[in-house]
Amino acid sequence: MTDRPFESRPQPAVPFWNDPAKRGIVLQFGLATFLLFVIWTAWTNMLDNMSARGLVFGWDYLSRPANFAIGESLIPFSAQDTYGRALAVGIINTIRIAVVGIFVTTILGIALGVMRLSSNPLLARLVSGYIEVVRNTPLLLQLFLWYAIINSLPGPRQAVHFGPGMYLSNRGMKVPWVEWSPALWPMIWALVAGIIGTIIASHMLARRREATGGAPPLLPIAAGLILGLPFLASAAQGFPATLSIPVLQGFNFSGGIELSPEFAALLAGLVLYTAAFVAEIVRGGIQSVFKGQWEAARSLGLSSGQLMRLVILPQALRVIIPPLTSQYLNLTKNSSLAVAIGYPDLVHISNTTMNQTGRAVEAILVFASIYLTISLLTSAFMNWYNARVAIMER
Amino acid sequence: MKNWLMGIAAVGAMLLGTTVAEAGRDLDQIKQRGTLRCGVQGPSNPGFGVPNAQGVWEGFNAEICRSVAITIFNDPTKVEFVPVTTQSRFPALTNGEVDILSNNTTWTLTRDTGVNRFNFPAIVFYDGQAVMVPRRLNVTTAKQLNGATVCVQPGTTTELNLADFFRQNNITFRPVVIEALDELRRAYDQGRCDVFTNDFAALAAQRTLLTNPRDHVILPERISKEPLGPTIRQGDEELTNIVAWTVFALIDAEEFGITKANVDQFAATNTDPRVRRLLGVEPGMGAAIGAANENWARTIIKAYGNYGEIFDRWLGPSTPLGLERGQNNIWTKGGLLYAPPAR
Repeated sequence: MTDRPFESRPQPAVPFWNDPAKRGIVLQFGLATFLLFVIWTAWTNMLDNMSARGLVFGWDYLSRPANFAIGESLIPFSAQDTYGRALAVGIINTIRIAVVGIFVTTILGIALGVMRLSSNPLLARLVSGYIEVVRNTPLLLQLFLWYAIINSLPGPRQAVHFGPGMYLSNRGMKVPWVEWSPALWPMIWALVAGIIGTIIASHMLARRREATGGAPPLLPIAAGLILGLPFLASAAQGFPATLSIPVLQGFNFSGGIELSPEFAALLAGLVLYTAAFVAEIVRGGIQSVFKGQWEAARSLGLSSGQLMRLVILPQALRVIIPPLTSQYLNLTKNSSLAVAIGYPDLVHISNTTMNQTGRAVEAILVFASIYLTISLLTSAFMNWYNARVAIMER
Repeated sequence: MKNWLMGIAAVGAMLLGTTVAEAGRDLDQIKQRGTLRCGVQGPSNPGFGVPNAQGVWEGFNAEICRSVAITIFNDPTKVEFVPVTTQSRFPALTNGEVDILSNNTTWTLTRDTGVNRFNFPAIVFYDGQAVMVPRRLNVTTAKQLNGATVCVQPGTTTELNLADFFRQNNITFRPVVIEALDELRRAYDQGRCDVFTNDFAALAAQRTLLTNPRDHVILPERISKEPLGPTIRQGDEELTNIVAWTVFALIDAEEFGITKANVDQFAATNTDPRVRRLLGVEPGMGAAIGAANENWARTIIKAYGNYGEIFDRWLGPSTPLGLERGQNNIWTKGGLLYAPPAR
């Protein structure tokens, strides 16, 4: 047996179908061409089918007057405004329900998930019963239920008067609110400054705590900045804000700020439904934390609140965030069930628009791409957050 | 697995399929299929279209469709009723899911032309938009409704007229807009809205379904003109003729005094050439409109009676709706119904 030295022979040319790199390029190119062909075929066929029915694709309708009214809107809207502005009202209403819904769902879901693991059997069973009932009934049905419950409140003339200037009736909840005037701008800027100041302060305190082991608590500083600055700004102008108090006038209350029955029913339905799923995700996340962590934290003498806040939840978050993102997306998309109970969201306005203008394809393209954008932005944010809380492997 | 494949196929067909447009295509399709697909308003329009206990569709609008089926097939059962909502009706008609809408659709310029491109062969009901309020509010005219909350269906002429009316009178309102008529009526019944608005006849129908119909009053003013009629796609003259003349036959029959009870006697003994042509005793009219046979009008009247009989049976004073003929009387009795002569 003799060792044969490596011979330097010219490499035989590898045919391109055996070269993974070249093969990859060809396959990718083929797939891209195929996809473009499918999209192109679908698009031209849509245009053909539309023209066969006498329809023309176009966006001109967006600048025509809508001529219909919208029940609630954060921006001023009247029937003389355009379809484009009506669409904007719908988008804002969808974002409004999604943002408020996600916020409340997160708090309620975490609370329920923790309660589900409570050592108190009554509480744990009660919560698990709630979760099973709510998760296993259709959301649409729950929305109808909430809407019917809210609508069965007394009428505006027999409204429940539950505080100074606060009324609850089947026209919604009315509470006093600051009347808008441009003189409020300094206060708003002061509030923004207060929030930015608080963020800076919390970073400085954290650095000091790391360096010295002790730092003054954040809460009084934050309160001073967030409440104090706007107060000072307002005092400097001699308190320009006036309160608008709801009063019964004619058919309904005027003044104050309102929580409409449609918004309230949609919010209640979405939050209570999604929170049940979030609770299970939170429970799973908590249970995924190794038992030793609990024991270690207890042996350090942490209270049960500290144990949860400082040791368990930070580790559970890694497991919780990805499925939680799906639930946020579900909530946003489920908000389109608003149509059934008359909350003027994006789909509701788009439906009306396509019926009044006949522009079905355009309206559906618009709302599909807006939902896609909202969903992609939500996932992008949650992925960023997930990367931040993920375990750092070195 | 099979379902999955069928789903893919359906999506593929939608994206890749093509259609061919030609004159007479709708009627040809209907004849080839053997049934007329008739879009009626969801399951909640008493008097106009409701399925009975056996699931058979009944009512004013249903009998209009059945009459058209008699003209086309000489068979009133060859109708497939498809419930549609105010939102889904136009896409359903445009895409060919239904051949004809018989669901109180208002004839307007933009629906007749523009991107919708529909055809309204004849008017079967002259209506106007009205508002209903609870009696206890003591409202006597719609102009007192400043600040009211109004229940209205989306995608209707009603929704647009409502905004126009309040704007014209410099008063404000707040709409509650729900597509499903049942859900909308429930919201009004529970007091979510002060006002329920719709075409008068539809409003009268909805009132019969409220918890206490007598506690609600429909105000006298009509804030719009709502000529209602069967709606088809534009571009098929033959189907247009059939629908138009089916309606005209019902109106002419009432003018001549031909009823369900006496139509055979009329056909046998009446000497008026106008009657003889309409009933096919003197042939020619059926062939001219493309009916299944010359007896088309006689068969329709024998099945459902003339226009007045159909109206009285489903909408008239002896029904829960209790509507007066008013504008919907024939022209010789002071109404607006006037049909061209069959000759």
